[in-house]
Amino acid sequence: MDKLGSSTKRALVIGGGIAGIQASLDIADAGYEVLLVEKTPSIGGHMLQYSEVFPTLDCPQCIGTPKMVEVGQHSNIRILAYSEVESVSGTIGDFTVRIRRRATHVDWDRCNGCGLCLQKCPVKVPSEYNCFLPFDNRGAIYIPFAQAVPNKPVIDAQTCRYFKYRRFMEEGEESKKPPECRICEKVCPLGVIDWEQQDEIVEEKVGAIVVAAGFDLMDKGEIGEFAEGRDIINGLEFERILCPSGPTAGVVMRPSDGIEPREVVFISCVGSRDPELGVPYCSRVCCMYLAKQALLYKHAVPDGQAYIFYMDQRTTGKGYEEFVRRAVEEYHVMYLRGRVSKIFRDGDRLRVQGADTLSGRRVDISCDLVVLGMAMMPSAGFKELARKLGIATDEYGFITEIHSKFRPMETSVPGIYVAGTAQGPRDIPDSVAMGSGVASKVLDLFSRDGVGSPL
Amino acid sequence: MINLNYYPGCTLKTKAKNFEDSAIASMSALGIALIELPRWNCCGASYCLAEDDLIHQVAPVRNLIRVKSQESRVESQGEGDSRLQTPDSRLLKVVTLCPFCYNTLKRANLIVRNDPGKRDTLNSFMDEEIDYHGEVETVHLLEVLRDDVGWEAIAKKVKVPLEGLIVAPYYGCTLIRPREIAIDNVERPTVLHRLMETLGATVVDFPFATECCGSFQSVSNPELAAETAWNILTLAQRQGAEALVLSCPLCEYNLGFQQKLIRRRHGEFKGIPTPYFTQLLALALGLESCGFDRGYTDSRALLQSKGLLS
Repeated sequence: MDKLGSSTKRALVIGGGIAGIQASLDIADAGYEVLLVEKTPSIGGHMLQYSEVFPTLDCPQCIGTPKMVEVGQHSNIRILAYSEVESVSGTIGDFTVRIRRRATHVDWDRCNGCGLCLQKCPVKVPSEYNCFLPFDNRGAIYIPFAQAVPNKPVIDAQTCRYFKYRRFMEEGEESKKPPECRICEKVCPLGVIDWEQQDEIVEEKVGAIVVAAGFDLMDKGEIGEFAEGRDIINGLEFERILCPSGPTAGVVMRPSDGIEPREVVFISCVGSRDPELGVPYCSRVCCMYLAKQALLYKHAVPDGQAYIFYMDQRTTGKGYEEFVRRAVEEYHVMYLRGRVSKIFRDGDRLRVQGADTLSGRRVDISCDLVVLGMAMMPSAGFKELARKLGIATDEYGFITEIHSKFRPMETSVPGIYVAGTAQGPRDIPDSVAMGSGVASKVLDLFSRDGVGSPL
Repeated sequence: MINLNYYPGCTLKTKAKNFEDSAIASMSALGIALIELPRWNCCGASYCLAEDDLIHQVAPVRNLIRVKSQESRVESQGEGDSRLQTPDSRLLKVVTLCPFCYNTLKRANLIVRNDPGKRDTLNSFMDEEIDYHGEVETVHLLEVLRDDVGWEAIAKKVKVPLEGLIVAPYYGCTLIRPREIAIDNVERPTVLHRLMETLGATVVDFPFATECCGSFQSVSNPELAAETAWNILTLAQRQGAEALVLSCPLCEYNLGFQQKLIRRRHGEFKGIPTPYFTQLLALALGLESCGFDRGYTDSRALLQSKGLLS
């Protein structure tokens, strides 16, 4: 059988997380052009939100941002941030992709990223990047985080005062006339604010597509018994709280009143491995990140106590089991094998009731903060993207690879490949390995001329 | 007036007569006549404790058959009364008050609907009765209030708003477990909460709303059951509740009657009234028959202090 070749030697990478970044860099370094489409205003993905990462406790901002900068400066990579794939047609080696570039209301070609507009914007709303935690806000014109690539602001038309003013004048949407504002426009030294900018559809030709659309966490509202209260947070929120460059500058405090939690309960497998909620699979990273968070919490609050409820310890990576032993032996993190049945507010603390199935006893812990290891799910809106690409997904929405053992990075459509958590839950090393692996598949395709028979 | 088949069950005719009386009076005031099912028998709840899963379905299924034959009798006689319709008009509706009856009838129905083999065996047990294929839908009174009457309609009928009364809603187990028959969200039910707010009461956040009341442990291990009840009642009090609103006669026994035992064990424990939701509904609708003179705990002093009862 002739192997397929590609007439257009140019790749589209969907998703600017660590898997997409690695794939883009490897393809671009080999001399081929890459279009990197990212739906948020900056590449970086979830990894950039984390505090130190397991098992070596390196800082993801320190190891991640050089890669982001490399992507941003690479002559072969074009980043289309704040953009989404609209439609795809064609076949392997010759796809036509239409991409919606959402209106940023800032002329990015001329903006030099000075940041004056950010300082002067009077709007304060919770930031997506900080998981809407109460400690820090962003303006209506914002750059999601300091190391963002591209480091250019976008205006969120939903919360911007001038857009509210315009909607009021056109439709009378607000009850009271909002101020006209336009402060960002007044302070911008280059005059790059563009109120009239519209979404733009661009059409591009590519030979291969890499889907690295990542994951989101299950909404804790799905878990009725854990949904109550601001001090029950998910793992991603606690990453932001622990992160030295996060909204609390790494000072551990609980969301409701900012006090330092003296006791923290971590719960594994929330949503995951729960067929009743439709997620029977294991999310694979929670055992490790909860151990890591407990350890980092002990770094920050040495006399505090961390409890981890677990079902099984699944620590099957290099150096992982050793890491968990360290958390237990050096940091005295208390592991309780069993499930939590209920969390509720009792006075100004939380009470966690559960079972320790090793001792056969009921446990009742009074604590200040609960961290839930929520299930990893395909990213929001991924179903729609998979439909546009025409690729098969499994019953949970993750991409189905064509062969689980020998062709793990190929989707059901020739020329469309998958990397990272879009295929299923996995950690950073595995996502990066998959990013490089998928790049080799694309380079293999680009090394051949013309399109062979798909049969 | 709309008619609705009503299955009382044993306790509603004896220990929980105040539950039944206040329910019938309230529903009548809301325009629904609860028509007692003729010749009803035990719902089968205590047979749940038997090892044979199928024999204990005979009693509930026979009750469901009675609903079916009652409906066909009404139809053939052309009495022309208006019956409360289920969303699926092919289903006949029967309402229960006791959560145990609700649970037993509803689960028996699931077996009949989902397992043709068991259905045929059950039908072969019935000598005089017509065959049954799951045509009846069992609902609980709280569902009728929420889905058929509606909170707005109830609010309009409220004559004595329960202003100033602070309550904790308590669901117990059998209305919401197992998931297949739950009348509300299994982990965070809100229907009693909404009803009490509709009546004008203040509802506290009550994390133990779905805890086990102690159930039949009060027979075999009364101390354990009393401790369980003590946990529930004192948390309700710590949350600021002045009364625990119940929906189940067994909960009333464990959380009401047992307060005497709790006081012996915990001298500092001050009692808390445990009215049924239907009693507070009747009170709010301005009815006489609230049955506050019966029951294991007395709500009258509390309600009088709030000016809700003379």
